[in-house]
Amino acid sequence: MLELRGLSKHFGGVKAVDELDITVNEGEIFGLIGPNGSGKSTTINLICGVYEETAGTVRFREELMNGKPPHLRLRAGIARTFQNIRLFPNLTVWQNLWVAQNSPEDLATQGFMSRWFGDTRRTRREIATLLEFADLDHKSDELASNLAFGEQRRLEFARAAAARPKLLLLDEPAAGMNHQEIHDLSRRIRRMRDSGVTILLVEHVMELVMGVAEQIAVLNFGQKIASGTPGDVQRNKAVQEAYLGTSDPDSRSVDMGA
Amino acid sequence: MSYYLGLAQLIGIHTLLGLSAYVLMLTGQLSLGQAGFFAIGAYSAGILTVIFELPILPALLAAAVIAAFFAFIVGFPALRVKGLMLVVATIAFGEFVRLFFFNLSWRVPRGDIEVGPDSTNGFREIRYFVANGWSPWEITAFVWTFVILVMAALWWMDRSRAGAVLRAVGEDELATQSVGINLTAVKVAAMTAGGFIAGIGGALYAHTATYIDHLTFTVLLATFAVSYPILGGLSSVFGTLVAVVFIQGVLVEELRFLGDWRNIVFGLLIIMAMNLKPSGLFDARTAQVLKRAVGLGGGEKSDA
Repeated sequence: MLELRGLSKHFGGVKAVDELDITVNEGEIFGLIGPNGSGKSTTINLICGVYEETAGTVRFREELMNGKPPHLRLRAGIARTFQNIRLFPNLTVWQNLWVAQNSPEDLATQGFMSRWFGDTRRTRREIATLLEFADLDHKSDELASNLAFGEQRRLEFARAAAARPKLLLLDEPAAGMNHQEIHDLSRRIRRMRDSGVTILLVEHVMELVMGVAEQIAVLNFGQKIASGTPGDVQRNKAVQEAYLGTSDPDSRSVDMGA
Repeated sequence: MSYYLGLAQLIGIHTLLGLSAYVLMLTGQLSLGQAGFFAIGAYSAGILTVIFELPILPALLAAAVIAAFFAFIVGFPALRVKGLMLVVATIAFGEFVRLFFFNLSWRVPRGDIEVGPDSTNGFREIRYFVANGWSPWEITAFVWTFVILVMAALWWMDRSRAGAVLRAVGEDELATQSVGINLTAVKVAAMTAGGFIAGIGGALYAHTATYIDHLTFTVLLATFAVSYPILGGLSSVFGTLVAVVFIQGVLVEELRFLGDWRNIVFGLLIIMAMNLKPSGLFDARTAQVLKRAVGLGGGEKSDA
């Protein structure tokens, strides 16, 4: 479904992403992990069209995405969340989801007036479903900036889901979450997948990745150093070195336990 | 009495000018080109009623469409840049328009005189209201009909999805793109709507003033245009109206004895307002307080 071939992004002399090949199959939860600065977020930004690639191709459902601006990639079916939550802080929860009503169905069925100036029953139903999905029914008129951290993450997740994407890119969705919240998030991710959405999960929190991902690729210094099932990856020597380091074991210690 | 009616007309026209900047400011863009669209509206409407002898209503609407068309054309290249660069680009556009009208001479014989824009001498014969015997009351009502229509339209737009999208662009462009919004289309649409509104304002200005020349449409006028929404805040269209009443009705009129020193007070006020109330004098909180004061409820919301 998503094919990255030879994808590279250089910032000056820094090869943030270097010759990356990744294939994500339809219907799977794919984990992309790696130490800080290994190029995970850059990869997401390349897939979404926020950055222009230095070399390589991004194909989504056979279609070449290179050169397409972010809003067209979304309409092709790629939605995302951000590592540092990017809601519309001074809009209400409802308005945040309202702005995001850009699913292919919306674009195909709604006329100009009803799309921009109307408030159709269908839109209200869609938003109600999203609010229920994110457990934010009771906060619909609250400003996004007034939400608690976990609620903001859930709202951003729902906002990405509003476009009815085929592929959802989650950029460190568990950052700053406690154990219970991570558990809820895993459930929500699985629920998304079960409704037919392919998930690409970029994450630091191993508890989440090892728990939900079926395929994992590991990045280090912009290159893929390993890939396979969670089990394969955990046993991989190169991965252990990348995470634990070879000389200074404390600096990058990460709990690899599932 | 006619002094106050004249002031009411001026306030109405400046409100339209301010609202033209307001629409674009919702998307986080600051344009100092609004005086240019205002000038296009003023000259177009004047030419249509004087040279083509159209009635005021079709002339005014055509002038607004012409101004909107130029805003649309200018919008594409101008909105590729933002912040300070957009300010510079729009100033350049405004000056371009002003210098165009500075040079425009289009005189046609009417009886034993000539009428039409006369470059440096200005455009002196925009006497539609006088020629048709409109009373000052009727002119004022005519001006305010458009002010009310535009305010109502923007009020309604603000509450629609379009309003939410404009504000979303103003808050976070990247996030807006990422949820599938075409940024360029939204910004150009806002610019076009702003051009339309400025065009109406310009058309009304030309006919209430009966005389226009390029010196009316300088950067100072464009600065006024953006000052109103800055002072009034972006929480609603009423902020702009309140700011216009305050600046044109109170400051400019009451401080007339200060002569040119007024402008210093005006500048100081903007600097003070931006520091003390960055989201405008009439921001969400002030609106809440006012609502509560007049007993319109709103008490259930905690201060946001």
